[in-house]
Amino acid sequence: MLGYALRRVLTAIPIVLLTITVCFFILRLAPGGPFDGERALPPDQLRNIRAYYHLDEPLVMQFFRYVAGVAQGNFGPSMVMKDFTVARLIGIGLPFTLMLGFTAFIVGTVAGLVAGAIAAVNQNRWPDYLLVFVVLIPIIIPNFLMANVVQLVFGVYLHWLPVGGYTPGAWLNLVLPVLILAMPHGARVARLTRGSMIEVLGTNYIRTARSKGLGARLILARHAIKPALIPVVSYLGPGLSYLLTGSLVVEQVFALPGIGKYFITAALNRDYGVVLGTTILYVFIILALNLIVDVVYAWLDPKVRFR
Amino acid sequence: MADVLVVDDLDVTFQLHNSEVKAVSDLDFALAEGETLAVVGESGSGKSQAFLSIMGLLAKNGKGSGRAMLGDTNLIGLSPGELDRYRGKDIAMIFQDPMTSLNPALRIRTQLGEVLVRHQGYDRERANRAVIEMLERVGIPEPVKRASAYPHELSGGMRQRVMIAMALLCRPKVLIADEPTTALDVTVQAQMLDLFKTLTNDFGTALVLITHDLGVVAGVADRMMVMYGGRCIEKGPTDTLFYDPRHPYTLGLLHSTPNVDKRAARLDPIQGLPPSLEHLPRGCAFHPRCAFRFDRCFEERPPLLPVEDVREKACWYQGELNYEEVA
Ligand SMILES: Nc1ncnc2c1ncn2[C@@H]1O[C@H](COP(=O)(O)OP(=O)(O)OP(=O)(O)O)[C@@H](O)[C@H]1O
Ligand code: SF4
Ligand SMILES: [Mg+2]
Repeated sequence: MLGYALRRVLTAIPIVLLTITVCFFILRLAPGGPFDGERALPPDQLRNIRAYYHLDEPLVMQFFRYVAGVAQGNFGPSMVMKDFTVARLIGIGLPFTLMLGFTAFIVGTVAGLVAGAIAAVNQNRWPDYLLVFVVLIPIIIPNFLMANVVQLVFGVYLHWLPVGGYTPGAWLNLVLPVLILAMPHGARVARLTRGSMIEVLGTNYIRTARSKGLGARLILARHAIKPALIPVVSYLGPGLSYLLTGSLVVEQVFALPGIGKYFITAALNRDYGVVLGTTILYVFIILALNLIVDVVYAWLDPKVRFR
Repeated sequence: MADVLVVDDLDVTFQLHNSEVKAVSDLDFALAEGETLAVVGESGSGKSQAFLSIMGLLAKNGKGSGRAMLGDTNLIGLSPGELDRYRGKDIAMIFQDPMTSLNPALRIRTQLGEVLVRHQGYDRERANRAVIEMLERVGIPEPVKRASAYPHELSGGMRQRVMIAMALLCRPKVLIADEPTTALDVTVQAQMLDLFKTLTNDFGTALVLITHDLGVVAGVADRMMVMYGGRCIEKGPTDTLFYDPRHPYTLGLLHSTPNVDKRAARLDPIQGLPPSLEHLPRGCAFHPRCAFRFDRCFEERPPLLPVEDVREKACWYQGELNYEEVA
């Protein structure tokens, strides 16, 4: 098991390298640069700045310089927010984003699992019909639209919850953003759980379990849940990455102090270092999550258990 | 000997979108302690549904009615919770496909042990010991190791042995085996039947052997029940049905089985297809395929009536059944 995890970590290295390479060159191919402001800079000043950031070197040189820096843990300076390093910006924004994403992940996953299982057990009765319908809403309606709707309803009309902003400790401000992030995720988890649970409940081995007189609760808890979780768990890895990227948008809509603010401004301003640094960190997080998911997967399905 | 299971007027009905289909009609039979009853018939004749209804395992759209008396208890119409007092303990069932009938996510010892924990109140450890003992008894080599295995680590034959062990853990009064050998290698089939015979003998368990392979029945069953279109059309001691069938369908079945009857020089399946339960022919359901039919068969359904002491058949024809006439 440990050997397996180690191998997985090693195979992650080329993936990270590949991501850096692709992102680096795509960013550079995109038109524009960090210093194309509203007013064009005087040519000699521009030349100086470009030299300062090594932007005048051949692209390949810049690439190797960047990779060498990253290997030493140095993500370079922000080219737009002059007083900050990339690492510093990420350090300010990322913890909040992760907190928001993971909270939404847990809320959505738990709600989705419970709702999906209830629907499956009541297949073709009203709880099932209700869920199948309700679950479509957050999947069809885009995040930002939904966010505006709940802001209007719960914030502006009902005055139950704040519309946006956040200062540490003001957890009420997080209710709507978490809800908006959690809903589409929870909806997908619920659909998956419902489908796989219905399938499992119709299998021969559940019939065997019933023939043994085990009782509905034990059958559900011991015989049905584990196999039914398999497709759900394999969705959780990608699901969490959607959440973390989705939170970039939600942070904007709710004016939250996560990394989204910096990332979006950085992308618009071609602040190369910040965009790359954030992307690399996300790739790290996603790879780590997938590793965890695979370990859980192996526990659920003995057939893929590693020797 | 005393009867352990008495089935009386058993019907199984499936609700379809806007109609219903009767998969089993008016089934009567009694199963004596320790005896082996073979249930034979073509695919779709209602064999499985009859016994699934007794076990309370019908699909959601299916419903059983009538009586299946296990001692003083009518199993038909009990709620799942009430049935759980008997299922796995006094009456157990083995299914056709051993590859999919065990839970892939649980160890063998968990799946077997839970039966003893549930019905006998054993603790985990005692259950484990009993499980290993039973695995050994059904001929599984290295039972301690196999007990910790997952189903996918075992071969098909091995899994069916595990299923047998599982069904017999509580030494049930009745064991229903639904085509237990169909999915297995021919070489393993004979061993498996031997195992059934030995174990049910040792435990005094009555065995219902559902099959469409008459070759399986010959050496194993005391009595035999032939089903057609959801009804029993002939039943009696195995020998008498084999050597002196009285129903044209039974005769046809025997001739469609290789190596059983030397009179058949070639493999002779019964002409025509089994009927659809939704559109059963009027009169005798077998009449479209019957070589002995006459005018009465088109109009009136023959009831199951005694012929001699120990056998019954549902057929109007009273004359000699001569195979040459069929061929
Ligand atoms: N869920 C269901 N809904 C409707 N009809 C069903 C359902 N399950 C079974 N049936 C009907 O019951 C009939 C008898 O099925 P059954 O499984 O008892 O056949 P069988 O004799 O066991 O055949 P086989 O040898 O193929 O196992 C089927 O032909 C089918 O028409
Ligand atoms: S009742 Fe008539 S049709 Fe039916 S089996 Fe007997 S002879 Fe054939
Ligand atoms: Mg069947």
